[in-house]
Amino acid sequence: MHFFRQVMVIAAKDLRAEIRTKEAVNASLAFAIVILLLFSFAFDPDLETTQEMSGGLLWIVFAFAGTLILNRSFARELPNDCLDALVAAPISGAALFLGKALANYVLVLAVELVSLPVFGIFNNVRWTSQFWELMLVLLLGTWGLTVIGTVFSALTVNIRLREVMLPMLTYPILVPALMGSMLLTKDLVMGKPIAADTLMWLKLLIGFDLMYTAASLMLVETVLVG
Amino acid sequence: MSALAVEGVWKFYGDYAALRNVQLAAEPGTCLALIGRNGAGKTTLLRTIAGFSRPGRGRILIHGKEPRETETRRQLGFIGHGISVYDELSALENLMLYGKLYGVADPRKSAMEWLERTGLERVRDGLVREFSRGMRQRLAVARAFLHEPSVLLLDEPFTALDDRAIAVLQTLLRQALADGKTIVISTHQLREALDLASHVALLIRGELAFHGPCTPEMAADPGLVYARYGEG
Repeated sequence: MHFFRQVMVIAAKDLRAEIRTKEAVNASLAFAIVILLLFSFAFDPDLETTQEMSGGLLWIVFAFAGTLILNRSFARELPNDCLDALVAAPISGAALFLGKALANYVLVLAVELVSLPVFGIFNNVRWTSQFWELMLVLLLGTWGLTVIGTVFSALTVNIRLREVMLPMLTYPILVPALMGSMLLTKDLVMGKPIAADTLMWLKLLIGFDLMYTAASLMLVETVLVG
Repeated sequence: MSALAVEGVWKFYGDYAALRNVQLAAEPGTCLALIGRNGAGKTTLLRTIAGFSRPGRGRILIHGKEPRETETRRQLGFIGHGISVYDELSALENLMLYGKLYGVADPRKSAMEWLERTGLERVRDGLVREFSRGMRQRLAVARAFLHEPSVLLLDEPFTALDDRAIAVLQTLLRQALADGKTIVISTHQLREALDLASHVALLIRGELAFHGPCTPEMAADPGLVYARYGEG
């Protein structure tokens, strides 16, 4: 079967299972909304300060909420030993990884797209002035988060403390991508378009995504089978 | 060419050798019963043959090819300790998923056919989480046979099966043997296994203590293999 068809079969399976159970999305969405709500109550900054903090706040929320989804990615295969059947199936580890990463990407993006307007409403911030550039940063930053989270979800799937291990392993690696996403998001929420001084962060995000996607695709077979 | 060749396979968990220089073969149309006490290495051997992990030393060939090759995996059917179907999907969705992954020409048609053969056609749209244990096990059997594998690896397949599932599985296994397929079955239930087996392999602490044809005496007295070649 064609590689991309296999990818889509895996992604569709994961999305269908998640839509039926909603176990990861519900937890992730609830976490994101509660943090944004509590932040708006805990602090009363002026508009400019809120905009300056927006990048940091949003990406901290996205990273933590995203981990709740990513933790379930390969753990979902443990009941009934479904991972055995996937590893035994005649599909490459790369197709399995990419299918799972794609499903995770859709789910994490969905949580982020709900969180953004919630952030705007709770903090009375108009965040849409550079909407398409912000979406680009969101897409790139989220792919980095998803790729790293999915590959480490595979690596930690058989560890008893995987819920603890996954963030400990992913966040240090994610630092460059999170830094880029935070700085770009802050400027875009403040209404500043991506300019020459911030372009390097966008390039860093693209490079990060390409490098870790390629590395994950190469390593995932070893991660799954040894 | 043997359907399955295990050539001097060692498997280590840290320093512990779970398999020690295991050497065996199985021809098309034969059934090899893999027997041994708990911890003898039966599951480790089956999982290594299935390609879930690589041997520390030695090699495994299925129809002359490595287990992890895509074409080899298409020829393998595996039933392990878990049923390997998703609770959140329906019976039909589960079988269609595996049909697509194995490149079955018409996944829906094959899925429907196997649901009928395992007596699950009436609950095809029911979610697996709502199934009884026996129904889940029959679905697991359908999943393993769906892509018409030429080598079947079955780890304790009769354990916890209800009568109907045992009957379904035995019928399918006899049919598979008649079709020239190769079966490797690991089990504690010697009577059911030796009833089907043409060959027997006895593992003791990771080492092969006996490998040879299943004689009528063995089939009549399942304890004979242990008494003669094992630890009594």
